[in-house]
Amino acid sequence: MPMLTIENLEVYYGMIRAIKGISFSVEEGEVIALIGANGAGKTTILHTITGLISPRSGKIDFEGHDLVKTPAHKIVSLGMAHVPEGRRIFPSLTVYENLKLGAYTRKDKAGIEETLKQVYRHFPRLEERKNQVAGTLSGGEQQMLAMGRALMSNPRIILMDEPSMGLSPLYVTEIFSIIKEISKEGKTVLLVEQNAKKALEIANRAYVLETGTISMEGKASEFMQNDLVRKAYLGE
Amino acid sequence: MSFLTYLLSGVSLGSIYALIALGYTMVYGISRMLNFAHGDVIMIGAFTLWTAASPSFFPGNPGLPTAVSILISILVCTLLGVLIEKIAYKPLRNASSLAVLITAIGVSYFLQNIALLIFGSDAKAFNSVVSFPGLEIGGMKISAETIVTITVGVLIMVGLSLFIKFSKQGKAMLAVSEDKGAAQLMGINVNSTISLTFAIGSALAAVAGILYCSVFPQVSPYTGAMPGIKAFVAAVFGGIGSIPGAMVGGILLGIIENLSKAYISTEMVDAIVFAVLILVLLVKPTGIMGKKMTEKV
Ligand SMILES: Nc1ncnc2c1ncn2[C@@H]1O[C@H](COP(=O)(O)OP(=O)(O)O)[C@@H](O)[C@H]1O
Ligand SMILES: [Mg+2]
Repeated sequence: MPMLTIENLEVYYGMIRAIKGISFSVEEGEVIALIGANGAGKTTILHTITGLISPRSGKIDFEGHDLVKTPAHKIVSLGMAHVPEGRRIFPSLTVYENLKLGAYTRKDKAGIEETLKQVYRHFPRLEERKNQVAGTLSGGEQQMLAMGRALMSNPRIILMDEPSMGLSPLYVTEIFSIIKEISKEGKTVLLVEQNAKKALEIANRAYVLETGTISMEGKASEFMQNDLVRKAYLGE
Repeated sequence: MSFLTYLLSGVSLGSIYALIALGYTMVYGISRMLNFAHGDVIMIGAFTLWTAASPSFFPGNPGLPTAVSILISILVCTLLGVLIEKIAYKPLRNASSLAVLITAIGVSYFLQNIALLIFGSDAKAFNSVVSFPGLEIGGMKISAETIVTITVGVLIMVGLSLFIKFSKQGKAMLAVSEDKGAAQLMGINVNSTISLTFAIGSALAAVAGILYCSVFPQVSPYTGAMPGIKAFVAAVFGGIGSIPGAMVGGILLGIIENLSKAYISTEMVDAIVFAVLILVLLVKPTGIMGKKMTEKV
């Protein structure tokens, strides 16, 4: 049984059919890359999985839980965290307060402290700046905060929406190496990226999304060899 | 009367404005709406206390003790605030701000008319909830209401600030104010957080109503209108959406109002208050402590 199964998902914005009946699955421990051009529907899919948008039809099953019927605020405690597009940290709160909000649904004080230490190990810069107001961090630091905040819920699966967007190459490399570390620690990752090259480097499998439908799927390593993909998404 | 006396009663009046302004500003912060029915919740709070404490009005009511009446009044307003949000505003959460504004004005008239139906249009005498005498320090008289109002106001403002800064629900309120979607991803229940905000704002309105009617000892269906508008001015003055702004704005407004009443003109006082607001907004459009405005249209 896959950890996460999406079946025939259809999502509308008013009259506009943004997701046109897609299906895919994520196995425990995998890194799955969901790549596609701007406007393909990547963000819409992640928002639908974590309940910020309701689908018109289709099924989303996460470890036996029907996510279509689960209100957005109850999903994180099932073990699924979402690093949203554009980071969406809480700008007027401090780094530390943002991280604590990531653990909002957790009751185990000792466990939260332990996770906080892990997050600081992944992102030493967050510890250095823990009392800084989050809105004053640089873009790369805000991305780290958004990822750290998601990790604070101690999720089994983590959804990331274009973590490399708008970052300098140095930060991009750092962010992707941390995603790899997170995966090594046993967390499942669903990674949405326009930076297909970087995403395919760390992914096990990948799906290509084109205007609301999945046009290709397969092993990430095969994607790297595929001429079509190389032309369209790797800029070669 | 000395300058200091005017100043003190200004701070006292300002504390009442601040309590009301907090309701406006917290609700604005979390749902980007101006709850114009907030002033009328004050009036309902005052009438509830009056009804509970009066031996005659409610058949069989011997006139409850003041403390009990205050509690009932706070409870009624808290429930009322939560109900108003659930029934009138929640269905409009994705509607245009104009639709929400018109609804708020509708709720305001609705509450006034309910009060008109039950209590009639004539003002009722309101017995101050403060029953001890004032102080006299070095020839300066300070009324008991002034002392109680300032004390209660300061205690509530400190308590509320601590609650927001240090409690989990307080943090959730800030998170929902900044980004509802991201807050939900943290596991925060946006609906119950908004309810809590209306509950707190309305409870503060009840306290403000009781204090206001203890200082100006009568209550009518229109009692809430003027302090409501003034507190709204105070909230804008301080920077709508900012909690410290509402406190500072409220107290400053009370002081300005009382000093202009004392030294300039009794008739002109409201005009002066609004003129000050316009001046402040001309110089700093976001209010004294306001951050950049994020207008929801
Ligand atoms: N809130 C919205 N209202 C209407 N259309 C939207 C909205 N959000 C996204 N869309 C449309 O849905 C499609 C998919 O958008 P999105 O999921 O953001 O794509 P991606 O994340 O792949 O760039 C686009 O055509 C976009 O214009
Ligand atoms: Mg996107």
